[in-house]
Amino acid sequence: MSTQTSGRGGAPATPAAGNAAPKPAGRHVVQLPEYQRELVDLQPGERVVACRPHAFTDVQNSYCPGCTHGIVQRLVAEVIDELGIEGITVGIAPVGCSVTCYDFFSCDMIEASHGRAPAVATAVKRVHPEDVVFSYQGDGDLASIGMAETVHAATRGEKITVIFINNAIYGMTGGQMAPTTLPNQVTQTSPYGRDVSTAGYPVRVCELLSTLDGVAYAERVSCDNLKDIRAAKRAIKKAFEYQIEGVGYSLVEVVSTCPTNWGMTPQQSFDWLRENMLPYYPLGVYRDVRAEGFATAAEAAAARAAACPIAQKGRE
Amino acid sequence: MAQATDEKRVLMKGNEVLAESAIRAGCRFFFGYPITPQTELAAYMAKRMPKIGGTYLQAESEIAAINMVYGAAAAGARAMTSSSSPGVSLKGEGVSYMAGADLPGVIINVERGGPGLGGIQPSQSDYWQATRALGHGDFFMPVFAPSTVQEMADLVYHAFDVADEYRTPTMILADGLLGQMMEPVVLPPARDLADLPAKPWATTGTRMARRHNVVNSLYLTPEELERTNVERFERYDRIRATEQRAETYLVDDAEVVVVAFGASSRIARSAVKKARERGWRVGLLRPVTLWPFPVDAVQAALDGGARAFLSVEMNMGQMVDDVRLAVNGRAEVAFYGRTGGIIPTPAETLEHIEALARSVGATRRDADAATTKAGE
Amino acid sequence: MPRIVVDDRFCKGCGLCVDICPQHIIELDADRLTAKGYHPARLTDPDRCTGCTSCYQTCPDVAITVVR
Repeated sequence: MSTQTSGRGGAPATPAAGNAAPKPAGRHVVQLPEYQRELVDLQPGERVVACRPHAFTDVQNSYCPGCTHGIVQRLVAEVIDELGIEGITVGIAPVGCSVTCYDFFSCDMIEASHGRAPAVATAVKRVHPEDVVFSYQGDGDLASIGMAETVHAATRGEKITVIFINNAIYGMTGGQMAPTTLPNQVTQTSPYGRDVSTAGYPVRVCELLSTLDGVAYAERVSCDNLKDIRAAKRAIKKAFEYQIEGVGYSLVEVVSTCPTNWGMTPQQSFDWLRENMLPYYPLGVYRDVRAEGFATAAEAAAARAAACPIAQKGRE
Repeated sequence: MAQATDEKRVLMKGNEVLAESAIRAGCRFFFGYPITPQTELAAYMAKRMPKIGGTYLQAESEIAAINMVYGAAAAGARAMTSSSSPGVSLKGEGVSYMAGADLPGVIINVERGGPGLGGIQPSQSDYWQATRALGHGDFFMPVFAPSTVQEMADLVYHAFDVADEYRTPTMILADGLLGQMMEPVVLPPARDLADLPAKPWATTGTRMARRHNVVNSLYLTPEELERTNVERFERYDRIRATEQRAETYLVDDAEVVVVAFGASSRIARSAVKKARERGWRVGLLRPVTLWPFPVDAVQAALDGGARAFLSVEMNMGQMVDDVRLAVNGRAEVAFYGRTGGIIPTPAETLEHIEALARSVGATRRDADAATTKAGE
Repeated sequence: MPRIVVDDRFCKGCGLCVDICPQHIIELDADRLTAKGYHPARLTDPDRCTGCTSCYQTCPDVAITVVR
């Protein structure tokens, strides 16, 4: 039994053990999971340089062949391993194709209702401020039904990390128009192509959120080639680090594919992504308060409101 | 009920008592959204929580607020949200998910009139919503109906314990009248947070000391979903067997039993007293738990010779359905109510009691003798 | 000697590793089916594997272990 309580009325956390506390970066050693020992049959002198992360369970993911959800989730799991935070991480699964990702990550997981992951994440972080909390959400979940929760968690500067998968379509329900579906893109519910005169325009999430004072970091990355996959991992790691260091809300948007509902092979999907998605959703850093010279989002916000006396009250 | 350590009575408003008693029950996380007539509750929380290391968070909507309760409950905390009728409708989704994920938490509804934007005056027109259909799917939740400010203090305290014991959301169904009313109250003692029930299922972070916990309501295998629903309904059976609560007043020899909860029970009580003075053998059965409905108390009244039941409500007739189910054809069941924010008067309630008594051929006794009995 | 191990429990035969491999030494094994009915990836020429991890990086099913 634990004697340690969070002191804030939450359930006591179990005693610290293993890699409970964040470790300095760069100390992580890749370790082959127990369930693959026999298969890999490591010989003397051999070492594993890349394998399934510890923050993954041994459950096969539920995604279609070639779906980039698997790549992004591996990056998240690797970051959790490298930061040594599996024991203090709580993930929030969305509604969408990645609804069952609570089975794939080995940290504590909560399944939220459609779009509400930021509200759920907010509360978990408030109950356990020492924990690392991330939500993993698709475009329908984050930018349509959950837009209010998304915007308000961001503007409150909740110290959570949001991994946002933008593949311009609703995958799980079979390929309907999403808030990020491109103009003229054909989906089940835009069968003649998205007509912007009636269906309006796609939402550029990074651009939108970067105007909010609570946001410490917002970057859009891709996962269609090795260089960008590595960049995506760096961005995800930075997003988690900003949370751990209390900088503010962090979001990484990953421009992704949906081969099944786009009606293409995984390879063709990458071509289509490069040709159509990237010009509409340019990659890059949309907000990084540290790069702007501030320690936290709160400092950046205060500087922005320097001329407003009431907003400066309590500072200095 | 709550054991008061000191008998210090204070004069407080119902809404504020709900807040203070929740804090004393160990609630340190409150998520709300402004709506009349529950706003004093949120304002009280906003004032108190920062002083005691708790969290008051004004959510962007009632939907976000209930999902924050979902998150805080998943993380192992005692959490609460409050609203009034239109806002509670928005919470339906989150409450269903809480029931599906077996998460404890307390939802307060300080009712106002409906449907739609309705009005801002007191009402009891969310009885069906609270006891039947606050969200999609097969589920119930315990619903408590206070009728005094003291009972607001006691029941919100109790609601947290019931929520934790059965891993279910619970609701306090109050109304604008009770919320705005000031009465003397003895507040329950503050719970030591360290003594709150352990929640080994909570998502607190594994600390690498256990397998990961998952809080979830999704079951893609039909057999598995059926199994979890059946298990949950076995828990509901236990709740029905042990958690029914009702107060009875002069029911033992009653031929006519008035059934009323919350604010309307206060009026019904006066009417019953008047009816006794006029020689009718009338009693009051006041459900304190609306779900589970106090079927046992209704059965006892029937066994004691009740021939007719009059459900008095501040709506168009909702609880009367449960009275009929509990009576199960063994007696006459009638309804009297006012709606739109209008509170029935004792006089008009008395008229309906007498009309019902006459229609079932109830015996009218010597008025003076009855008065003595009513005065006890 | 660098090598890769494909775990058939996870591989869904999407072929992304086949395309990304700079040595062109991965193929989908037409003679085998996984339990879920996919042709899994396999290394055709172990001698030429450099252990570069490109296949691992791009595998959406995290089915590949790279050993050096």
